[in-house]
Amino acid sequence: MGKILMKGNEAIGEAAIRAGCLNYFAYPITPQSEVAEYLSRRMPEVGGVFLQGESEVAVGYMLFGAGGAGARVMTTSSSPGVSLMSEAISYIAAAEVPAVFVNIMRGGPGLGGILPAQADYFQATKGGGHGDYRLLVMAPASVQEAVEMVMKAFPIAEKYRNPVMIMGDGLIGQMMEPVEFPDHLKTEPSNKDAWATNGMETRKSSRRNLVKSLFLDPEALNDHNLKLKAKYEQMVREDIQYENYNMDSDYKALIVSYGTMSRVCRTAIDNFKEQGMEVGMLRPQTLFPFPLDAIRQAAVKESCQAVFSIEMSMGQLVEDVERSVQGKRPVHWYGKCGGDVPTPEEVMDVIRDVIV
Amino acid sequence: MGKTFSKPEALSDNHTHYCPGCTHGIIHRLVAEVIDELGIRKRTVGIAPVGCAVLAYNYFTFDFQEAAHGRAPAMATGIKRVRPDLMVFTYQGDGDLASIGMSEIVHAANRGEKFTTIFVNNAVYGMTGGQMAPTTMPGQRTTTSPFGRDVEDVGMPVKMANLLAALETPAYITRQTVIKPKYVKKTKQAIKKAFTYQMEGTCFSMVEVVSTCPTNWGIDPLESLKWAEEKMLPYYELGEFKTPEQSRK
Repeated sequence: MGKILMKGNEAIGEAAIRAGCLNYFAYPITPQSEVAEYLSRRMPEVGGVFLQGESEVAVGYMLFGAGGAGARVMTTSSSPGVSLMSEAISYIAAAEVPAVFVNIMRGGPGLGGILPAQADYFQATKGGGHGDYRLLVMAPASVQEAVEMVMKAFPIAEKYRNPVMIMGDGLIGQMMEPVEFPDHLKTEPSNKDAWATNGMETRKSSRRNLVKSLFLDPEALNDHNLKLKAKYEQMVREDIQYENYNMDSDYKALIVSYGTMSRVCRTAIDNFKEQGMEVGMLRPQTLFPFPLDAIRQAAVKESCQAVFSIEMSMGQLVEDVERSVQGKRPVHWYGKCGGDVPTPEEVMDVIRDVIV
Repeated sequence: MGKTFSKPEALSDNHTHYCPGCTHGIIHRLVAEVIDELGIRKRTVGIAPVGCAVLAYNYFTFDFQEAAHGRAPAMATGIKRVRPDLMVFTYQGDGDLASIGMSEIVHAANRGEKFTTIFVNNAVYGMTGGQMAPTTMPGQRTTTSPFGRDVEDVGMPVKMANLLAALETPAYITRQTVIKPKYVKKTKQAIKKAFTYQMEGTCFSMVEVVSTCPTNWGIDPLESLKWAEEKMLPYYELGEFKTPEQSRK
């Protein structure tokens, strides 16, 4: 199959089907409602389940129930909706159920706006819901990458029995780009009989399965948290992803940026190159686990004078960049979070002000 | 002569955590008996609520999920939609179902989700220590209505079975009780009917069961039964409020 021109939100829906996820629950919210609209047509064609829930709160638990019964499940939403799902996300992580959440971010806080933003970085990577849990968070920078990440998200969610979140923004969801779909994945999670409430008869077992998150005994709860922590440490060891841009050069400045914002930064870097100045960029593709070591190593290169966190939020990514750089180079922040994406010229001005 | 009476296979050997005089034990047993009689244990998934029955999975011998407060009907929807062949039931109390979970139960019922809800109404929050529920009776003292439920301030108790029966979507909605042996028998019949409708893929079903909570009512178990009969039953009238046969007319 060759490339076709497709809107990001629809491509995300199609990617789920090709990943063998035939179970989709959602509630409408701008700027991602096209995923639900697309799948309300497509799911009946492939014999899948489409259900519009009564709220994002309920949708979160529809995923929990269906995922707990061993089905591949996905929902998509946008920032305020993801806040409502965060209760369920905490329970799903605690009960170790695989599920995929897509956040096509819009500006906040509160009702905010409906234009692109990256203001849910903390929510996705540092919590969102209550308790000690982590999501594996992926951030695509194009429609093609969104498709690939959605298709990759299911096996990873099943590997860890943990929710995976795809962090796009309004632009990724709304723009049309050429996209080529990878081959279909197999449709069933491989290990579900060991834990899923798929019916004792289904798995021909006399042992029943429980999907739960209550541990009243303090020692048992601590042990459970240690077990979860070990999974998050495994993610750090095995599933960090990032992309380098112009990093072979003797760059004077290092940009850290992800998603839509990183594409603007690429243009800024190309423009600088034409003007005879080298700037490099490390683009995290996973926001958790975060490429801490890679950023630090890139920052301490002799030619590098400073590090810039360029983001569509008011200083969220920059905290992880500072954590990475560990004071070895100055770290600067630049960002906007109203719906306008900063231009290459703005990014260049910020860097020019610092780099001599 | 062989054994004529025994514990249902669907019920476990675990010691109960429920208080003396609590009616959860009776209702658990009725659910287990029905599951045995219908031969569906190995394809049943129960959903525990948040409340006293959060540990319900300790007493049954089949697959179970545990929900967040009020969300059991959304979880049941998820399971039933992806696995219509499984038998799914939620087991919820009145704080869980009628307060925080009002939205989930109403919409699941209105969509006609093909699962069964066992709704245990004892007019009080049990697990958290006897606070007022939407089902608390007028004048009833609880730890958050120490002077008695003031209906001018917080309205009248919610009649969930009546409320759900008002929906147009076909359903089986009934209110029963287990405060006397004759009622226990009828409650079992209702539960069996509800599960049978589910087996046939007919409709959503809810059996509300008027129950007691001696611990949080602050009266002994026998007096509790009397209190439920005198105070609750006149308000929470028993009977079938809706059947799928009726709905089709």
